Amino acid sequence: MRPQDILLPVAAGLCCKPGGFHIDPVRPVERAVITHGHSDHARAGHGAVLATQETLDMMRLRYGDNFAGSTQAVRYGEEVRLGDIKVKFHPAGHVLGSAQIAVSCKDLCIVASGDYKDARDPTCTPFELVACDVFITEATFGLPVFRHGDAADEVKKLLASVALFPERAHLVGAYSLGKAQRVIALLREAGYDAPIYLHGAMEKITRYYESRGIALGELRPVRGMKKAELAGTITLAPPTATSDIWTRRFPDPVTAFASGWMRVRARARQRGVELPLVISDHADWDGLTATIGATGAGEVWVTHGQEDALVHWCKSKGLAARPLDLVGYGDEEETEVVLDGEEGEA
Amino acid sequence: MNRFAELLDRLAYEPGRNNKLKLLTAYLRDTEDPARGYALAALTGALSFKHAKPGLIRDLIMERTDPVLFGYSYDYVGDLSETVALMWPKVALVGHNNPPPPTLTEVVTRLRTLGKTELPAQLARWLDELDETGRWALLKLVTGAMRIGISARLAKTAAAALGEKDPHDIELMWPGLAPPYLDLFAWLEGRAEKPVNRDPAPFRPVMLAHAIEDADFAALDPADFIAEWKWDGIRVQAVSGRDERGHLQARLYSRSGEDITKSFPDLLPSLHLPGAIDGELLVLRDGRVQTFNVLQQRLNRKVVSPKLMKDYPIHLRAYDMLGDDENDLRELPFEERRTHLEAFIRKLADPRIDLSPTVPFADWPALTAARADPAGAGAGLDAEAVEGVMLKRRDAPYLPGRPKGQWWKWKRDPHIIDAVLMYAQRGHGKRSSYYSDYTFGVWTNGGAGDELVPVGKAYFGFTDEELLQIDRFVRRNTTEKFGPVRHVVHEPDQGLVLEVAFEGLARSPRHKSGVAMRFPRINRLRWDKPPREADRLETLERMLKSVTAN
Repeated sequence: MRPQDILLPVAAGLCCKPGGFHIDPVRPVERAVITHGHSDHARAGHGAVLATQETLDMMRLRYGDNFAGSTQAVRYGEEVRLGDIKVKFHPAGHVLGSAQIAVSCKDLCIVASGDYKDARDPTCTPFELVACDVFITEATFGLPVFRHGDAADEVKKLLASVALFPERAHLVGAYSLGKAQRVIALLREAGYDAPIYLHGAMEKITRYYESRGIALGELRPVRGMKKAELAGTITLAPPTATSDIWTRRFPDPVTAFASGWMRVRARARQRGVELPLVISDHADWDGLTATIGATGAGEVWVTHGQEDALVHWCKSKGLAARPLDLVGYGDEEETEVVLDGEEGEA
Repeated sequence: MNRFAELLDRLAYEPGRNNKLKLLTAYLRDTEDPARGYALAALTGALSFKHAKPGLIRDLIMERTDPVLFGYSYDYVGDLSETVALMWPKVALVGHNNPPPPTLTEVVTRLRTLGKTELPAQLARWLDELDETGRWALLKLVTGAMRIGISARLAKTAAAALGEKDPHDIELMWPGLAPPYLDLFAWLEGRAEKPVNRDPAPFRPVMLAHAIEDADFAALDPADFIAEWKWDGIRVQAVSGRDERGHLQARLYSRSGEDITKSFPDLLPSLHLPGAIDGELLVLRDGRVQTFNVLQQRLNRKVVSPKLMKDYPIHLRAYDMLGDDENDLRELPFEERRTHLEAFIRKLADPRIDLSPTVPFADWPALTAARADPAGAGAGLDAEAVEGVMLKRRDAPYLPGRPKGQWWKWKRDPHIIDAVLMYAQRGHGKRSSYYSDYTFGVWTNGGAGDELVPVGKAYFGFTDEELLQIDRFVRRNTTEKFGPVRHVVHEPDQGLVLEVAFEGLARSPRHKSGVAMRFPRINRLRWDKPPREADRLETLERMLKSVTAN
């Protein structure tokens, strides 16, 4: 059996015909296997959804109780049989509950890794390397200019700025699922124990992280705070909110943004960021190339991001590689939309 | 190097002046000698070494990376130094101890003595040892392209704050100082006496004027004041003095104390008597003052060609005298300084330097009339280069800064047009949540009927309250968004008319409209006016003709 007989890109996403399911489908399907809770991967309206408990919970938080016909929670390492196909979930290290999906048929194994990172993250289970024949990888940061470095150093940079500008508020743009909680956890690890303030759109998901046993220290909603009280504080907000009317409640805010994109100056400047923090939930170039090599896969399929460069690299290493040209996945930070209601209540 | 790199990195993103100062001062306070001195030198453009060419940097990266991957990366990042800094491969250095990254001091001192052929290998070694930000800063430094929005003046002001000193004092002693400025920092930190400026031709901090308002006149007695024309040129200080060997040294400074002597070699022979003159730099042709647009051809030139000097003959029009040979005149009343100046200019007897005439007036109405018609009030054919009148108290000493009530500037009324708001862009820093940069246009016949053509951009002139109103209007009337830019509705019956004030107009082939405004700002919001009644390009073209006709 050829790999493309098992998994094939179609309009709805990556389709497993013999197993009768799609992975991270972008339109409603009968049976969906979901890698993680970000909205471009986890959509509402499928018949049956197979995902980790955390991913299912996050979908419920976002879409309400009726987000799917039926759901089935799967643990890391647990194997599920769908037709002739065996499906196994492995930690992807991307956000809480994120999984790589190993799809096996007879002796052929394909790993759809979803979004992943091989860097340390105190808020989720570390990435697990899975040996396979075909590795499906993202390429969000698939250019050799993207090297993320140690996130703890970036948090130090933030704290140095807070110390230097005690009369200003620090506003950190961070995607509300995963990135925000990781930044908070890193701040706590760095010894910052003051209350951290949250934009309204961040509260629900952050409280959910806490309910899963992730300690984040004292968190307060920024809503209702007086301007002067916010001097010297740190507030986490969705990236889109940091350049909006919403920011007028802060005293002379320093606009920070926690993202892998912050490595490139033009990207940071375009967004009007004053304090770029290179903290990413995706693997950087070194992470992507090291992971591809370590899986032992002879064939690599590259999904969304900078496919060309990564495909070129794979070929230069003697690996068969091709872009999958899947439509509908993007960088979540670029697309996160804060609803008007959330903005108002924050 | 790392700390300096972090500073540059942060400064490059920080839009606010006060915040930049704070970052700079904190760096200078927390960094030891001599590194901070070399940093100050780098920021004030006081370092001199042969800069590395982009080709050299490109060769270095090409030897180390896959050219296809470099191509994709350079395409994406858009800046050579940054691409190289980011994708420079990590090397496994031989031995147990990796060498520590180079310090700024090592880099600067080594670059000074390095031969051309040694540069590539040395640069590669440093790049191996530094991290991303360090590599970026190093490449900025060696290519001589800092461009991080820091003026020399700002860097000196930050240094002054270290010892709560007046930046003017640093400006005064600056020409006598050299990197790494150990004596300067010792004085700033109270460990040593003030360094003496042995410069024979030092800069003196300038005195500035307040803009006069109608209400101010009531409290002022015309008899206390002398009036002069306000020339639309460049304020300069021309200083010459004798060095230890008795040779005359001449220098020309901008109003902020920047040494601009090199740009105006044609004026130097005229400064052949020791003294310090405050005056206006102008271009004169056949004895006639040219407009600012003409003068502009002489500004910010690295190379001053004989042709440029011939086509744009430079001239100094003097209006104050701060020092006469060894004598400091700044304590004297203006009237007495003026007498000194008149005598000095007579003695100088040089066609390139003349006296700015006074404007006689008996009362405020007489001065009002002179201001309205400079040509008829003595400015004659130079009237086009007059941008108003200056009022100086007869008894005013020469005080640095902008002392209250001593000097007033009374500009001519600006040109005014009604234009239509076309595009709005978000501002920076405090204004980053506001649409505060506006592109406006006027009507023209575009072949298929009337259309708006952009004629300028303005981002100030409005009150905070007006900013809120425009911001709201922009958000509610956006037709399209392109990144940070919004297209705002601009139809004959729909849109916002802005009354735009500006100081001058020039032809500009770079603008679609063919004209460029000088100093445009929003004067008033014309909510009452439908866009179809805004001005036309023909109006601007007429203004242009009346400005350049003679």
